[in-house]
Amino acid sequence: MTGALLEVDAVTKRFGGFVALSEVSLTVRSGERLGIIGPNGSGKTTLINCICGSLRSDRGSIGFDGIDVTRLASYRRTRLGIARSFQVPRPFSSMTLAENIAVPLEYVAHRRSLHGADVSAEARSILARMGLANRADAPTGSLTQVDLRKLELARAMAACPRLLILDEVMAGLSSVEVDEMLKIILGLSRQGVTIMMIEHIMRAIMRFSERVVCMDAGRVMAEGPPDHIVQDSDVQRIYLGV
Amino acid sequence: MSFELLGEAIIAGVLLGCFYAAVSVGLSVAFGLLDVPQIAHPAFLVLGAYGAYFLGSFGLDPLLAGVLLTPVFFLVGLAVYRFYHAAFESRGTDAGLRGLALFFGIAFIVEVVLILSFGVDQRMVEAAYIGKSVALGDVRIPMRMLVAFGVALVLITGLSLYLSGTFTGRAIKAVAQDQTALALMGADPVRIKQWAFGIATGTCALAGALLIIVAPVEPGLGRLYIGRTFCIAVLAGLGSMPGTLVAGIILGIAESIVLTSLGASWAPAVAFGLLLLVLAVRPAGLFGQR
Amino acid sequence: MVERPAHLAVKRWTSFIVGAIAILVVALLLARVVGNEYFFFAGYVVLQFIVLATAWNILGGYAGYVNFGSGAFFAAGAYTAVALIKAFAAPLPVQLVAAAMVTGLMGFAIGAMTLRLRGIFFSIATVAIAVICETIVLNWGFVGGARGATVLQPPAPAFFTSYTRLLFVIMTLLAVLAVALARYIETSWIGRGLRAIRDDEEAAESVGVPTLKLKLFAATVSGALMGIAGAPFPLYMNFIEPTSAFSLNYAVSALAMPIIGGTASWAGPVIGAILLGSVQQIVTVTMSSELNVLVLGLLLVAFVVAAPEGILGLARRLSGKAGAR
Repeated sequence: MTGALLEVDAVTKRFGGFVALSEVSLTVRSGERLGIIGPNGSGKTTLINCICGSLRSDRGSIGFDGIDVTRLASYRRTRLGIARSFQVPRPFSSMTLAENIAVPLEYVAHRRSLHGADVSAEARSILARMGLANRADAPTGSLTQVDLRKLELARAMAACPRLLILDEVMAGLSSVEVDEMLKIILGLSRQGVTIMMIEHIMRAIMRFSERVVCMDAGRVMAEGPPDHIVQDSDVQRIYLGV
Repeated sequence: MSFELLGEAIIAGVLLGCFYAAVSVGLSVAFGLLDVPQIAHPAFLVLGAYGAYFLGSFGLDPLLAGVLLTPVFFLVGLAVYRFYHAAFESRGTDAGLRGLALFFGIAFIVEVVLILSFGVDQRMVEAAYIGKSVALGDVRIPMRMLVAFGVALVLITGLSLYLSGTFTGRAIKAVAQDQTALALMGADPVRIKQWAFGIATGTCALAGALLIIVAPVEPGLGRLYIGRTFCIAVLAGLGSMPGTLVAGIILGIAESIVLTSLGASWAPAVAFGLLLLVLAVRPAGLFGQR
Repeated sequence: MVERPAHLAVKRWTSFIVGAIAILVVALLLARVVGNEYFFFAGYVVLQFIVLATAWNILGGYAGYVNFGSGAFFAAGAYTAVALIKAFAAPLPVQLVAAAMVTGLMGFAIGAMTLRLRGIFFSIATVAIAVICETIVLNWGFVGGARGATVLQPPAPAFFTSYTRLLFVIMTLLAVLAVALARYIETSWIGRGLRAIRDDEEAAESVGVPTLKLKLFAATVSGALMGIAGAPFPLYMNFIEPTSAFSLNYAVSALAMPIIGGTASWAGPVIGAILLGSVQQIVTVTMSSELNVLVLGLLLVAFVVAAPEGILGLARRLSGKAGAR
């Protein structure tokens, strides 16, 4: 399984006069761990939004597992196997943690085929894997930052993704917490999930990525293995500020 | 419809449209720029009209009454925004459903209070320029429409200059687009928004006076103006003042033509029909980009 | 509050159904036993508000999309019935079904036009529909135009001593059905999807919730129930005219009752409607109706700001403290 899972071809996105993405092309192999870096405003989150369908690209095409998803509604892409986390966690705030997980279980994983009790048990087991078992019936408002990130991750995982896209899941976490998150994410990768991770924390990017893409001003500026990318003079100039 | 009738309808429509723009500028600021779901705006307009009526009963000219009431409405606006902000924005809760319900409640309370104090009958004001008309070639134009037209232009131009020419005005425009830029300017977004909402509400005093100059008012009139004002604010696009004027004129002409060809009872539906059309085709408005 | 095991859910439905049947039987008994005709006249109005408030809550409470035009849906239901009576002397069941279809379609159409946009545009579009519907009715001579139309009550079936009593029982049935439907939606995967939409639409879409479809579904069901609440109105009043049918009171009540009762659960609109509806019926006799709607408006604002979870939320908080949990 080394074929391309995601193929982004010359995608362009404008907001008014501002070009957020300019002919971005990108291929992600099945099972790959891809890191994406780039300064703020370089188009990373816009790219994710275009891949997941929160935004429609103005030009270019996006293929997932051989299917053209460019015009597909966001929820359909999720059902095909693209799941994401948001940069700022966006839990369903009127629900408990278990209910948060139940949404993707009911709408993607089992599409009405299960009884309530089974969904609940499965939600709990997913939460347990993230170390949130004892908070299953808590409201989301009571969670700490790191737990919110884990919930975000757990909810994305409950949609049974083949491609998981993580948007700065480690921002604002302590270094112990970063290690904890990294362990969870690498564990998911071992289960065969393809993962794209946007991150500013270089330590995490270096440990996580097989390949790194660096974006700047709406373009892919450089890509390669992590140790090559940090040596790249353009990357150093623009991103690392050296 | 004959050519002359059409010409007359268009002239009447332009006058009417400028008046509509005047009653909508406040909403363009409150909803277009500040993103506050101010559906009580038309209710405040009607309140302004009744203010002019009330002061008029002491012999005051309605326009003067409108000017005098502007600071009062400004203060009311400050208070309403403070209340709204404290209840929703500052807590970061979903203002969506509750914000709408709040303003709906306020609009409703204003309407019922007006019914309780003035009754459901139509009220009108007296002034030298109401009832007269001037001849423009073959077309007779009511004086009250010309007065409303003039005052409307002054109000919109003034507000437009204020927004683009003063520091506070530019800050108000910035608050809509870029909160960080605003912070860099050293302005407190909440105070700027409060100030702007005060201005938006303040316009309701003078615009309300125009409302009762142009035609008699009754407490339930606000509901009709929800359609007109939101149609114009949306068609104008994100708080653009020139856009408000153009959108007002478009609506004025459309209503005027429908009035001449189909009859008066269909006119109220024009604004809503146009609004639905705009929402379906170009929700960002003529002058907006989103 | 997550899913109970399946057998418990079945048990809860069983008790709900038993309760519903009991209510219907009581309504039938009342129709035989109670002598005072005013009881049915007032009771009908309260029941009608239960349907209206429950209908509003399916879209407004669960999904967070505020309908300001409930009065228009109600009136469209009523006028559909009038048109059918005038044209074919259609019986009441046909009127009910047709009204539901017309207003369900209205809900769907407004939804299709505006539910892709932010919530406020949907709300304004509902005001728009209210004005447009009123304009159409005012200009439609067949149903009486501005003058209104008289509708004669057919003779009541033998079991009932008056037609109002029959309508009372029918409205009880409609209320029970509306609440059962709302309860089903609320406790099923649909309800969870609607709540996800209310909490965060983009996030909901990202975990596979077809947000537009669900909103359209809710708008259609909500609209249909509002129309069905209005359908028996002409027969109940013996007369219909635009001003009373399109009264702002319906629009405000449909929204205020669920918000005051509590929007999170089906019980909220029911509590709100019974409480406020009864108070209205009692107070209107002793107080001017304007003063009484003013109180409704003030209560609405107070609850929106101070107790967003309504009476249900307040009660839960109180019992939570008492039970020390």
